[in-house]
Amino acid sequence: MSDDEIDLKALSDDDLVGQMHDDLYDGLKDEIAEAVMILLDRGWEPYKVLTVALVEGMRIVGIDFRDGILFVPEVLQSANAMKGGMTILRPLLAETGAPRVGKMVIGTVKGDIHDIGKNLVTMMMEGAGFEVIDIGINNPVENYLAAIEEHQPDILGMSALLTTTMPYMKVVVEAMKEKGIRDDYVVMVGGAPLNEEFAMAVGADAYCADAAVTVDMAQEIMKRRHNQRGADPRPA
Amino acid sequence: MSGGEGAVMAPTTQIDLSIDDDAEFKAELKSDGAARALVIACGALAREIVDFRAMNDFIHLDITCLPAKLHNRPQLIPQAVGDKIRANKGKYHSIYVAYGDCGTGGTLDKVLEEEGVDRIGGPHCYAFYTGQSAFEAITDDDPTSFFLTDYMVRHFDRLIIEGLGLDRFPELRDDYFGNYTNVIYIAQTRDADLEAKAEAAAERLGLGYIYRHVGFGELEAFLETAAASSDKG
Ligand code: B12
Repeated sequence: MSDDEIDLKALSDDDLVGQMHDDLYDGLKDEIAEAVMILLDRGWEPYKVLTVALVEGMRIVGIDFRDGILFVPEVLQSANAMKGGMTILRPLLAETGAPRVGKMVIGTVKGDIHDIGKNLVTMMMEGAGFEVIDIGINNPVENYLAAIEEHQPDILGMSALLTTTMPYMKVVVEAMKEKGIRDDYVVMVGGAPLNEEFAMAVGADAYCADAAVTVDMAQEIMKRRHNQRGADPRPA
Repeated sequence: MSGGEGAVMAPTTQIDLSIDDDAEFKAELKSDGAARALVIACGALAREIVDFRAMNDFIHLDITCLPAKLHNRPQLIPQAVGDKIRANKGKYHSIYVAYGDCGTGGTLDKVLEEEGVDRIGGPHCYAFYTGQSAFEAITDDDPTSFFLTDYMVRHFDRLIIEGLGLDRFPELRDDYFGNYTNVIYIAQTRDADLEAKAEAAAERLGLGYIYRHVGFGELEAFLETAAASSDKG
């Protein structure tokens, strides 16, 4: 260790978490992995490490990206640092019975191979306790239908960054209607050129401008779903 | 193409389009009051439009550009184009906009509709250079190509390597280009130096290389219409 490097082990829990937020901001993958191990050694629940240290750190990154202070390369570095931490936590989360908020299938639509935003959404949704099945890029309607059938998610997410590919979302929604399954799922859409009006026009339930909004809205939707099911005399 | 050598050019202001010069990003070509039509263009098209104008002696066509870097913040384009239109409306008989939708998700078209101004058709420059249907044919078949125009080849290091932060973080290569197979250089001009540069760019990105000379594509007819409207006055 060089002289100006901080000894993470010497920091109090609070200072270490603050340092992790800084290190995530700076995209320091090794430091994040080390700090995650330290917190686990100190007896932190994996779920607490995830939410308090990692998710909160990425939330700050997301705000500065939205406000034009950080740019795509920096966000990718931060995301990769967080991914390193998630790799350590994921198996532990499963073992320790961390809360499962809901399930989402997500993919970029046919003709489009932009995936940075989709990957961020996936990561932040996982961080918030969702199980996310990422079906990747360039997905024709058949892929979405097959993934829905196989995984029975609560939410279907579609991403598009091209004005030429965003109308494809309607193709998927229409196919769901045709099969009579549209209302069994919540359809969320996103990607830079989209807006609320467009989302409504393609028949989606929600448009989200970024990953943080997506998480908030998904949590809200899940709460509503549970309440509805609770009030519904038929078995869920 | 019309026009010939030795045609008399109207006096012009500010034309410095040397390669790697910032002027390319904010070019302005004005014929000092003689022109009746103005083209408002993306800086990424500046040099091509200026060259095309010179080749065809479209001396009555003025050109003004917005910074090419708006590309990466398309949400700013509609307002910037709208402001340019309003600043020039009284001065010209007609105004044309050389921008694709460019990822504005239809909001640029809303502004243009309000202002009663036409733009070149299509979603982005790659499509109107290649021709809309030819572009669709390439991408429908296989969407895993990354397109380079002359402009992008000239400024590859600045736009792609530095712009995406690959100089600072080379490890991000897969995050950006992991899904891609080929670079397709859709060339506006036949230029051996640019071809060599484009091939080196593909190699730098770890992608295959395909060359296609497409010329100015639909931009040609668009500029001819604009020039004709100016001459008609
Ligand atoms: C980075 C980038 C690329 C990278 C993509 C790398 C990758 N692996 O994805 C590279 C350089 C490879 C690339 C390629 C191309 N690109 Co590009 N690209 C961009 C750029 C600059 C940023 C996109 C991005 O990643 N943003 C960062 C992320 C974090 O933001 P985001 O995607 O918006 O995601 C957030 C929200 O939208 C939301 N969200 C996203 N998805 C979802 C899904 C759900 C369900 C929800 C709820 C929310 C949600 O949450 C995310 C996180 O906060 C945009 C311009 C811009 N600023 O939008 C152009 C842009 C989208 N590209 C464009 C173009 C034209 C292309 C190419 C055709 C260019 C070429 N030379 O070939 C190819 C396309 C190939 C293809 N078939 O897909 C145009 C589109 C124009 C148009 N009319 O549609 C743009 C607008 C640039 C421009 N002005 O010309 N591109």
